[in-house]
Amino acid sequence: MTTHEQLAAARPDFAAIAAWIPHGASVLDLGCGDGSLLGYLKSERDVCGYGVEISDAGIVACVQNGVNVIQNDLDSGLKDFESHSFDFVILSQTLQATRHTEPLIQEILRVGREGIVSFPNFGYWKNRLDVLLGNMPISKELPYQWYDTPNVHLCTFHDFEQLCAQLRVQILDRRVMSGRDEVQLLPNLLGSMAVYRFRLAPKSA
Amino acid sequence: MFGGEKVVGIVSAQRAQFETPLHFKSGAVLPRYELVYETYGTLNADQSNAILICHALSGHHHVAGHYADDAKNIGWWDNMVGAGKPIDTNKFFVIGLNNLGGCHGSTGPSSINPETGKPYGSHFPVITVEDWVNAQARLADLLGIQQFAAIIGGSLGGMQALQWSLAYPERVRHVLAIASAPRLTAQNIAFNDVARNAILTDPDFHAGDYYTHGVVPTRGLRLARMLGHITYLSDDAMAHKFGRELRAAEFNYSFDVEFEVESYLRYQGDKFAAYFDANTYLLMTKALDYFDPAQAFAGNMNQAFAAAKADYLVISFTTDWRFSPERSREIVRPLLHNRRNVSYAEITSAHGHDSFLMPDPHYFSVVQAYLNNVYRECAA
Repeated sequence: MTTHEQLAAARPDFAAIAAWIPHGASVLDLGCGDGSLLGYLKSERDVCGYGVEISDAGIVACVQNGVNVIQNDLDSGLKDFESHSFDFVILSQTLQATRHTEPLIQEILRVGREGIVSFPNFGYWKNRLDVLLGNMPISKELPYQWYDTPNVHLCTFHDFEQLCAQLRVQILDRRVMSGRDEVQLLPNLLGSMAVYRFRLAPKSA
Repeated sequence: MFGGEKVVGIVSAQRAQFETPLHFKSGAVLPRYELVYETYGTLNADQSNAILICHALSGHHHVAGHYADDAKNIGWWDNMVGAGKPIDTNKFFVIGLNNLGGCHGSTGPSSINPETGKPYGSHFPVITVEDWVNAQARLADLLGIQQFAAIIGGSLGGMQALQWSLAYPERVRHVLAIASAPRLTAQNIAFNDVARNAILTDPDFHAGDYYTHGVVPTRGLRLARMLGHITYLSDDAMAHKFGRELRAAEFNYSFDVEFEVESYLRYQGDKFAAYFDANTYLLMTKALDYFDPAQAFAGNMNQAFAAAKADYLVISFTTDWRFSPERSREIVRPLLHNRRNVSYAEITSAHGHDSFLMPDPHYFSVVQAYLNNVYRECAA
C-alpha cells in the first residue's frame, strides 16, 4: 500500500472529500494538523492548498511535509483570508473542537465558495448506548475522557443540519460513514462520522 | 574540523571592490565602493546552494564562526548558522555581508571619500533597502551566484530579503522573513525618530561631519541605543531580568544609577556607542522608515507582491512588539493574495524582538525543517 492508500484507509473522510474536489481547485484546510489531507489532495487533485493550524507541532510537521501552513487560532476567525478567495474551505474533524462554531461556519462561507466539514456523530448508536448506560462515550472517533476532551461542541447530524438551515446554509451533499463503510439507512443512528458539502443558499431560494 | 561539530570555526572577512557607479533611489550616485563579506560552507557545482544572510540595524558580515586572532569575536548568528545548525553550512554556501553605509568595513559615512580625502560624513547618500539589495546583487554577480536558494533576514534584514524577491524575482527561490514587516507603522517610525533626534541634537554631531572635528556624538548614540534596546525587549523579559532590583540596599534619593535596569541600559548604551558609527545609525533607521514596497502601487501591498516568484517562510514572535506578529501577517496576506507558497509560524517566546537572535528549539526546528526541503531541491 502506498502512503496515500494507507492515509485513505486511516481517514475515510479524505477519499470522500477528494471525490468532491476538482483538479486544480484552491483549498483552505482549517485545523490541518500535519498537513496530510492537503498532501493527499495535492497528489490526488493537484490542488493549490494552504492549511491553518494552531499547534507548534503541526506547524513543524506541515513545513517538513512541504505543505503551506499559516499558524492561527480558528476561534479568532479567518481575518488573514480574503472573501471568496478559495474554491473550498475544509474543516476536517475539527468542528466539534471549535469554540465559536457558528461564526466559523459563516467565515468558511465568506472565504470559500463551498465549505466541506466532517465531524463525529454524537447521535451514533454506540454513543447513545454509552450515555444510556451512564457514561460519556469513548470511541475511535471520540477518543477522549470527558475531562480532557478538546471537543466542546459535539453534535448529531440532525443538530448540524438544523444549524445550517438557521444560517441559510444549503447542504449540497452528504456522505455518512461507519468506519470505512458508507451508511444509507438511519444515518443519524448508524453513522459514526459524516462529511458535508455546503454553500450559502442562493438569495432567491 | 569534524562533520558532527556544530561550529563554523575560523573564518576571515573578504573585500569586494566595485568600480561601477551605484545609483541610489534618492538620485545620489556612489562612483565606487567596497563591500566586506564572509562566506561559510562550499558553493556546489551548479551554484544552487547559496544562502544570503541580510543583517538588521546593528549587524554586519560576521555572521558565524570566529577569527583566528580573536577567538572571542563570535558571529552574531552563530547559534543559527553552522555545521548541523538550522542554516547548515555542511549543505549551504552561506554569505554574510556588511551593508553599504555600515561601519564594519563596507563603504560608509566613516570611510574616506577618495574625491576629498576626508570621511564622507554628511556627504554619504541616504540609503534605502532597495539600494542595499542592488549592491548585494552585484556581490552575488561577483561570486557567480545567479540565483539564491534562499535569502534570510530578521527585522530590517527581513525587509531586504522581501525586497530581493520583488526586485529580482528570478534570483531567489526562497525568502525567510523573520520578525520583520512589509513597512513600518507610525509608532515604529516614531521610535526611530526619537533615536535620530538624540544623535542629531548631540553638540558633537556637527551635522554629520564630526570625524573632522575629532569628536564622536557618543551621548546621542548612547541614548538612541538605550531607547532601541527597550523596544527590543518585552515587558515580561525586563521584569524577569531586572524587576525592581536596586544596586544598593536602599533608595538614595538622587538621579544616580539606582535600579538594575538603569545600570543595564547605560552599559548597553556605552558599549554600543564605543564601536558603532552615529551616521550609520541614522542611515539604518531611515532605511527602515522608507521601506514600503506598496508605495509605488498607491499603497496596495497585493499589487506590490504580484511580481514575486519565490516561496516564503514568515516567522514572528509572540512578545515582539517592535515588529509584532500582526506586521508579519501583513507580509503573509499579500502572498496569499498572489497565491505564493507561504508558511507562517508565530513562535511563543518571552524575549521580544530580540527573540529572532535567541536559540529556541521550536523556532530552530521550523527553520531547519524548511531549509531541509530547500536543500532537497538543490540536491535534485
